[in-house]
Order: sequence, then C-alpha cells, then structure tokens
Amino acid sequence: MTSTLTPVLTDMWDVDRSWTLAAYEAKGGYQALDKAFGMSQDDVITAVKDSGLRGRGGAGFPTGMKWSFIPQDNPKPKYLVVNADESEPGTCKDIPLMMANPHVLVEGVIVSSYAIRANKAFIYIRGEVLHVIRRVQAAVQEAYAAGHLGKNIHGSGFDLDVVVHAGAGAYICGEETALLEGLEGRRGQPRLRPPFPAVAGLYASPTVINNVESIASVPSIVANGAAWFASMGTEKSKGYGIFSLSGHVQKPGQYEAPLGITLRQLLELAGGVRAGHDLKFWTPGGSSTPLLTAEHLDVPLDFEGVGAAGSMLGTRALQIFDDSVCVVRAVLRWTEFYKHESCGKCTPCREGTWWLVQTLARLEKGQGNEADLDLLLDQCDNILGRSFCALGDGATSPISSSIQYFRDEYLAHLTQGGCPFDPERSTAWAGQEVTA
Amino acid sequence: MTTTPEKAAAGEVERTDLVNVTIDGIQVAVPKDTLVIRAAEQVGVQVPRFCDHPLLAPVGACRQCLVDVPDAGNGRGFPKPQASCTLPVAEGMVVNTQATSPVADKAQQGVMEFLLINHPLDCPVCDKGGECPLQNQAMSNGRAESRFSGGDEGIAPAIKRTFPKPINLSPIVLLDRERCIVCQRCTRFADEIAGDPFIELLERGAQQQIGIAEDAPFLSYFSGNVIQICPVGALTSEAYRFRSRPFDLVSAPAVAEHDACGSAIRVDHRRGQVMRRLAGNDPEVNEEWITDKDRFAFTYAHLDDRITYPQVRDTDGNLRPASWPEAFAVAARGLAAAKDAGGVGVLTGGRLTAEDAYAYSKFARVALGTNDIDFRARPLSAEETSFLAAQVVLTTPGNGGVTYDDLESASKVVLVGLEPEDEAGAIFLRLRKAVLAGRTQVVALAPYTTRGLGKLSGRLVPTAPGDEPAAIRSLLEQSEYGIDSTAVVLVGERLATVPGALSAAAELAAKSGARLAWVPRRAGDRGAVEAGCLPNLLPGGRPVADAAARVDVATAWGVDALPEAEGRDADAIVAALAAGELGGLVVAGVDPLDTADPAATRAAIEGAGFVVALDLRSSEVTALADVVLPVAPVSDKSGSFVNWEGRLRPFEATLSNPSSLPDLRILSGIAEEMSLVSAAAPLGFRTVAEVRAEMAQLGPWDGVSTSSTTGAQPVEPSSSVEPVETTDGVDHLRLATWKQSLDNGRMQDGDKYLKATARPPVALVTRAVFDAHGPTITITGDRGSVTLPAAVADDLVDGVVWVPANSFGAGVLSDLASPGSRVRVEGGQA
Repeated sequence: MTSTLTPVLTDMWDVDRSWTLAAYEAKGGYQALDKAFGMSQDDVITAVKDSGLRGRGGAGFPTGMKWSFIPQDNPKPKYLVVNADESEPGTCKDIPLMMANPHVLVEGVIVSSYAIRANKAFIYIRGEVLHVIRRVQAAVQEAYAAGHLGKNIHGSGFDLDVVVHAGAGAYICGEETALLEGLEGRRGQPRLRPPFPAVAGLYASPTVINNVESIASVPSIVANGAAWFASMGTEKSKGYGIFSLSGHVQKPGQYEAPLGITLRQLLELAGGVRAGHDLKFWTPGGSSTPLLTAEHLDVPLDFEGVGAAGSMLGTRALQIFDDSVCVVRAVLRWTEFYKHESCGKCTPCREGTWWLVQTLARLEKGQGNEADLDLLLDQCDNILGRSFCALGDGATSPISSSIQYFRDEYLAHLTQGGCPFDPERSTAWAGQEVTA
Repeated sequence: MTTTPEKAAAGEVERTDLVNVTIDGIQVAVPKDTLVIRAAEQVGVQVPRFCDHPLLAPVGACRQCLVDVPDAGNGRGFPKPQASCTLPVAEGMVVNTQATSPVADKAQQGVMEFLLINHPLDCPVCDKGGECPLQNQAMSNGRAESRFSGGDEGIAPAIKRTFPKPINLSPIVLLDRERCIVCQRCTRFADEIAGDPFIELLERGAQQQIGIAEDAPFLSYFSGNVIQICPVGALTSEAYRFRSRPFDLVSAPAVAEHDACGSAIRVDHRRGQVMRRLAGNDPEVNEEWITDKDRFAFTYAHLDDRITYPQVRDTDGNLRPASWPEAFAVAARGLAAAKDAGGVGVLTGGRLTAEDAYAYSKFARVALGTNDIDFRARPLSAEETSFLAAQVVLTTPGNGGVTYDDLESASKVVLVGLEPEDEAGAIFLRLRKAVLAGRTQVVALAPYTTRGLGKLSGRLVPTAPGDEPAAIRSLLEQSEYGIDSTAVVLVGERLATVPGALSAAAELAAKSGARLAWVPRRAGDRGAVEAGCLPNLLPGGRPVADAAARVDVATAWGVDALPEAEGRDADAIVAALAAGELGGLVVAGVDPLDTADPAATRAAIEGAGFVVALDLRSSEVTALADVVLPVAPVSDKSGSFVNWEGRLRPFEATLSNPSSLPDLRILSGIAEEMSLVSAAAPLGFRTVAEVRAEMAQLGPWDGVSTSSTTGAQPVEPSSSVEPVETTDGVDHLRLATWKQSLDNGRMQDGDKYLKATARPPVALVTRAVFDAHGPTITITGDRGSVTLPAAVADDLVDGVVWVPANSFGAGVLSDLASPGSRVRVEGGQA
C-alpha cells in the first residue's frame, strides 16, 4: 500500500537541511518560476483552474476561481495574503510544511502573485510558532538574496515584495477577514461581507487569501501541468493533500496522499490504532468538523465523501481517539477552547460558548438530567447559522455530533453520577504507571 | 428610540429607485439599498435590534434581528436566518420576520436568551430600567423563563460573568461592564460620528468589554451621545446616575440654548426640576446628536445666585427686594427720566429668544424712542453691522439660505473665523458626515490645523489673525481651491474683529457664486438680527434708514413714527454712557467680560445714570443696576431660537413656574408704566403667544433695501502686518483666540463633571517659540499677563500664539489683550 502516498510537498522533508534554499534548488526548486513567467498571467490562472485545486484551508473553494474574481480593472494595488494562522485543534500541516520546506511556499507565493498581478504579498503566520516565523523569514531573505524576490524577478519584469507577519495569538485570525483586520493593525474580528476580499480586502484593495498548502501546491501544478495534478484525487476533489494523523495511532504524523484516501488506508500506513485498543471516534478535519466513528473508516476523504457522511473534510486533521477516551470530556475540552477563542463580536458565539461550557461541565460531572442534552442541542441550534462567522458554527460541531453518536455515553454520566472513564487510561503513559 | 428617522418622506423618494419586496406577506416598495430591517418598519414590523442604529454603519454584531429569507430575489433562499440590519433589499425578495416565521422567531429568542445569560438582573436599580431596549425586547421577543439555571439538587449553579462596578470612561461617562452587550454602538459612534475613538473593545469572548487606554480617557465634546444610544444600562452619566426612574420623568421637547445650531433636545423633568437632557431627533438639524454642553449644562439655572425676586436700589444705595408693580414703576420712572436726559441704550446680549428679542426691539423704539440697541455682547464692528443687514437677515432655508443638508451636498465648505467643533457642534458633526461620505472637502482659514479640522480631514489655508481678507481673496484667485457655486462659505462671528474680512467673504461669495452663511456663537444671536436688535434694523429685516420700512413698522405698532436715525452700536452705547451722552441703559444678559473692552463696559454701566438689568443670575451688572428684574430661564418659558440657518426653532415651556417671567412680559410691564408717566406707548402684548402673533402679522420686509446690498462700502483691510519682532528673547506675536466648547462660560456652571472634561488651557506656539521659551510661557498683552503651559502646534503660522479665550482667569479680553493687539511671549515660571 506504499503507493497510496504521493509525496510532493513533503517529498524533500527527509533531505538534510531541507529548509535551505540550496536543498530546495537541488530538488529543482524555483524552476516553476521561469515556466510561469513564460506564460501569461491568465494562463497561470487557467492552469490552476484546470488542475481542480481547491482551497486547502478547509472550505475547499476552487483556488483558480478565487483568483479570477480579482477585478483587474480596479486601479488599486492587488494583494496576495497567505493564511498561515494554523490554529485549529488537531490541524498540523502548514506548520511542519513551513518548517521543513518553506521555499515551496515562497515559490508558490511568487507564482500566485504573478498570476493575480500582485506586487506585494503577505504571509500571516500564527504568532505562537516563533520558530516557524523565523524559518519563513529566513527563507524569504534567502529568496531575496537569490533574486527570486524583489525587482525584476528572473528578468521577467515582475516585481514582488513579501512581508512575513506574525499574528498575536487569536484563533479568530484564521478567519480570512479577521486576518485582514489583524494585518492592518486592527482588532482581529471578522468583517461584514460584502464587500468580499476579492473586491475590497486588505487596505480596501482586491485581495486573494489562500491557505499555505494551496499556495505551496501551485509550483507543482505549473511545473507538472494541470493534468498531472488532476490525475490524482477524486472527481471533484483533485490532487494531493497532507493528512495529519494525531492521537491514538502508532505512528502519528503527516501523510501526503491523494484526496479520497480512506482512514482505513491511512491507519494502515500509520501502524494502526494504539495497541490493545479500538478506534472510538475521530475528526476528519479538526475539531470544528463533526466527529465520525469506526463505521466511517471507509469514507473517502474528499470534500464530497466526508460531506456525505455528515461532516466536513476541513483541514484533514485526523485526530484519532480510541476506546479509552470519554467523548464528553473530549468535547468539553474543545468547547473550552472555543469559549476561550470566541472573539466576542457576535452574541451567539460569545455568550453561547460561555453557556455551552457550563452545561457540558455539569454533564461531565454527572449533574442534571436527560433534558439537559436537549438543552445542549437547542443551544447548538441557536448558535449554528446564527453567528457572524463560521467559528460559532464550528463550536457546535463536536457537541451535536457527539450526542448523535454517543448519546448513551452522556446518559451514562448521569446515571453513574460522574464520568465512567479513567482519564489516565487515555494518556500516552497509560499502563506504565508504577504502582506503589 | 432608534427606529429610522422620518427623513425621507414618501413624496421625496425617487420613484424610479424603488425596489419591491414582500415582508410577512405584505408587498412594499422601498428605495434601493434600504436595509431589510428598515423595510420591515414600513410594513409595521419592528424587528428587534441592538447594534443597529440608523445613523451608524451596519455591523451585524448582535444578531438579534435575524429574519428568514426564503427568496433573496433570485429565486433562491438563504439557508440560514439573515441579519436584517446588514441585508439590503433586492427586487422580488421575500422576507419573513418573527411575525410569520417560526425560524426567525426561534432565532431571535435564542439570541435574546444568550444576551441575558451574562446580563445582571439589576434592572430595579439600573438607570435604564423602564426605557431599556434590552428589557423591552426581552419582553417582546424573548423567552418567559431562562434556562440558564442550576444551583439546586446538587447541580452546579450557572455562573454569570461579572466585573467590578463601574469604571469611569471619562469624568462624565461611567461604564458598568457586566451590563454591556458589546453591541459596539458607543465605539462606532466615537469612531464614525464624533471622530474621537478613545473607547475601544478590549479582551475577547465573554470578557470582551469597552475600555479606554490608561492615559487617554474618553474626552470628546460629544461623549454623552453614547449614553443615550446605549441599548442597555452599561453607559451612564455621572450626573444623572441613580437620580431618577424613567417612568417618573416627564419629557418635553426643547431647543438647546448653548450655541446657534438650534439642536433639538428632550428635557426630562420631575417635580419641577430638570433631571437630564437628551438629544432630540431632528434629521434636518442635529439628527440625533448633541454636544455635551447641550446635554449636561443645565444646572446653571438653579444655582444659589439665581435671582428670584425684583430688586430696586434704595435711598441708602443698596438693592432691596421689591414687588413686581413697584419694580415696574421704579424702572419706568427712571427710564423716562433717563430718556429725557439724553436717551437710553439697550444691550440685549445674545441669549434671548426671538420673541424676547422682538420685545426689546419694540421697547427700544416705542418706549425709549431710540435705535440705540445692539445684541452683540462681544467685539463687533460697523462693517459687521452692515454685513448682517445686507447678507444675513431674512435668509432662511425656505428662500435659499444655506442649510445643514447643503453642507452635506456642498463640494467645498470654507470655514473662516469659525472652529465648528468648539463653536457649533452640530455643524461639526454634519461636516464630518459629509467628509466621510466623500462628498465634501473642508477648507479652513485658520492659524493651524485644529483637532477639529484634523477630524474633518480638512485643508488648512494658514492664516494669521488679521490676514483673513487676503486669504479669502487668495481662495478666489487660486483656482486650485475650486471655490464655485457648489461651495459654501461659513463665516464666524469672530470675523467682525478683522477689518475687511466680512466684506471679503461677501465678495468671494458674489464672485464665485458660492453660498455664504454667518454662524454666530449664541443661540439668540440670529433671532436678535431678525427681531431688529441692531441700530440699523427694525424687525423683519426692515432697514431703519428706509422710510417705507419705518412706516411699515410704525403702522403695525400703531405709533405715529419711529426714530429715523440709525442708532448706536454696543461699543458706541458704552462710549456714550461713559461720555454722559446717554442717560440710562437697559441691559439683559450681558457679561462685561465678553465685550471688546471689559473695563470700559464696566465703567460705563457703573457711571450710567440709570440702569435696568434683566437677568437670570446675579452678576457684576446686576450689582451695579438700579433696578434688577429676574427673568425666566429657557426651561420656564416658551419661545423660539433662530439658528444659523435662519430656521425658526420654537419650543414650549418645559416647567410651569408662575414666578418666572419672560423678558417680554417684564418689558411690557415697564412700558405700560412708562406710558402713564411719559409719551411712551405700551407694547400691546403680555404673552409669548401674543408676541408670536404680532411677529407673524408683521412678517419679513418685502421691500427693496435702499442701503447698499453688498455690505455697505467694502472695508479695506488694515495695512499689511509688520514682521515678527524678536528682541531680548521676547517674541512679539499676534494673538489667535476663540472660546472652546467647554470653558469658564457661566452657563456651564454647576456641573463639575462636565467641567472636568474641558480641555485644560494651553498656549499653542510654533516649535521655534517652544524651543526658545520652554514648556511654560508668559504672555503679556496690553491688558495683562498670563502664564500657561505651552504646546507645539506643528503647522501654526509663524508669529502667532493661540490661547483659549475663556479658559483661564477672567478671559483673554479682560486679562490679556485687546482684540487685534500684539502680545509678548517669554519663558514663564511654572
């Protein structure tokens, strides 16, 4: 089954000092630039459109179509903004990518900026990951020194400056309009749309905002052709993607594979669930995507397949939970995260997450009655689709999906007057305790 | 409180721009771009809302106004409920509000329930309780019982977020954070309307709160508006907090008396006492905003120095209480004698209602037989007198006068001798609205870019005091300024002190086609012009010099003739009193400190043969008067102000106080007594209603003015100004000055919280002067010397120093320098 993997972005992660310009260029890096500069900007956009690349930040919007929304008759400058504010619980793909191979992102930024006629690009990196910020800054510096950035890149006449911006520690800034606010130096809260960023984004100018992985995929599309990219994946979810497996698996990590792979296949690659345990539930794309169970092992992990299973592909952050885990406890932790990260702008998310935590915490302690489950679901109903941005929606996903699949476990808390699980058993050191 | 102002009456709407939508099954046509929440109001459905405010940009934060949209106008519906405050209508759109849609109703109830989980249940002690949009809408669109419960049978209690109570955002605005639903109305007002974004959201999630920077309180001349638009009791006023319950208050509409803007206000009173004032809603004038001075400065009328009974000077030289009939008789006899001993001058101040001003105007002509009357208790000029008669009187919104709306549609608004943020707050806010909408550019002829001009993104034409005429001409000569018929020129009353400036402004308007308006500082100024409280004008803009006009008025008043010669202006009255040419004075609400020469005015009153003072509070004038007559404050009488537009702003009495007599009633009483002892005629009215009827009957002058229509002879500016002299480390500078919105004005007395928000007095100098003389400077003029902290104004014109006119001591005119004179600046000791 080793052929299931399609390492492109992760291809050189095992190379010595893979993050350096020399290592990247040794692998053929920055060669897509000249090919792109030989094409017209619209042809680059067309190639990305034809490849079927869909946004890798979770929503899966076709990247080429997003680029074509930029009104080129607008006299204002155009901007490319890379969303590297990877903060979703479980999601761990952009940060290792930028650590191991920052130059593929820089090259992608150059090609993408060329396509949308942007002469300034921003990479907004989550503020907590200082090591990543430094690595990308170093890569950008190397690229400038090598003539890949700056004026008249590779003699093409195309100018590009790249700014690496450090976020200030807010999950909400992964929401693209909140990110723009943060980039402009304002309070990170989502903006009212319309106008959409393509029309009036950064500094009220036409702006494309793409995920790190989306942009990093562009050089391979230009180099190898749209057809090569489209040959991977499924009918409507083309190409490859990084699947990050975490939690109770033998070999957690990033597995780059065509979209449409199943968790069963991935688990085989990862050596299976922790020894002696069975898969209980998992998230397909981070904590904001409704969780799935062992019955979904063969769901194709593409946008349509996961959607049909009642969840979302999201960021392909596969968090694996085995049978030692109390789902109520896990959901409570996630909900505490959303409460902590709610930006406060809109009522349902701000107040709703405050209340959800209290209701869940009470249930976890075995207090209350079955009606509280209906209350919890009704609270979720009053948040989902009522909040200003998708953060509020995401906060309800683990709760409503966990009640859907594990209602009995919630009830068990009530009948037993507390949690029936020993949280120690789900830890990494479970079974290694020294007994007195 | 926050529904759409009825500005666009149905008839005014362009029919071609209508969009047809169906709301709750009812078809309605509304103008393009109307938000669904407003369109719903048209069919009688009030969608609950908090963050939405018709005068603020949509934000969609509170989510209370969610509605179901089964068809967005394109045949497809929205899968989720939509915030109706951010959704513009589209042709064919179908909207179901809480009235017909269970989805919308549940969504709204859900949001309301969320809002209440962290909201304290302190409604019984909250200022807002009883007039609270949260309380009201929780009743109309919320669940009867909360599910945010617990605390029994071993169940953990639900925990509300709490904060320590309350914190000061400024000396007058308090914040109870736990009541706040972070709708952002206040921060949006501060940012979008006032341009003073000193309050901002802090923290996040349920801890999100409104806050200020540690070293920057919410100091704004318009801060009180946030208290009014707060939809909960989170923002309260230090002065009103815990003072009253809304349901105990009686509300009355009124008009603000602090400036010439004519702002609509609402006065709330209880048991004969004004408890608070709020902004009224007048889309054509002040929209829904007022200055803090209009809102908080009302306690002046109820201080210990209020005069409550008439007084006459006894044979021992002291004032003693007198009955009204005695006071009338003593005043009448004294005035009759003074009239025979050279005549009586009348100084009316600038704070009278139009009706009272009319009474003074008639009293001067009919009872005293003189045109020696002037409302200007400030530096003035003959040029200004002519300018008012030629350019100002009788202009109204109805006959082409400049209006607030014109400011919004003008391409350019030129400010000369006017600092709107300080001197006309409603104009400032309207200009800012126009500028932010991208329609209007503000150009100011001023010595430096003021904070207000900065907030208007205005263009400064650097102009030293005295250089205004040349600067005005440069606007005409240089086409880059683009002054044409789409421009508006606003001139302030301060221009009267600059020879040639008003003439130059009139010339600019005449040659460019730009429209011109005069913006005085006081509420009664413009009404006094209309009523003829000027030596050259009779009521209704009738020129004294025009025989037909005099006959017109004399006929209406039933007298044989009116005095023919134009009278003395205020300065000349003062001079004539000092010279013994006038025998007496009738003076109302004049503070000598405001006049061009305070000492001369004081001496003139002191030396006058007979002085009748009509005033609200004891002052140095009443101390010198022979008869002191207490007048009603604006809250106790009906009347009208005429604002800078020429718009009549009538109001009724808020309080019924039988012992408070309006000026016109008192003048009528004196005139009646005078008619018994001399050849004077009675005034023929005793009530405001009678005066209004008489004014209406008389009407405006419809004749052609025989005096020059261009503002008399153009006055040439004084010779070019000599260069700055620096001798022995002393700079001789020109003094720029005006009154700030909040200062030592007597009508701001009594509210220490308001006073604490005034900008501290500081002298503005150039960088060079600052570097030479340090952070504290001593300024010396021909009337005295003052030491103030200095600050640098980056673009201050060389050779100029600016100080606030009435923020230290007894004010610039008394303590520092005469108008137009030079001052010396040197380093001072702190």
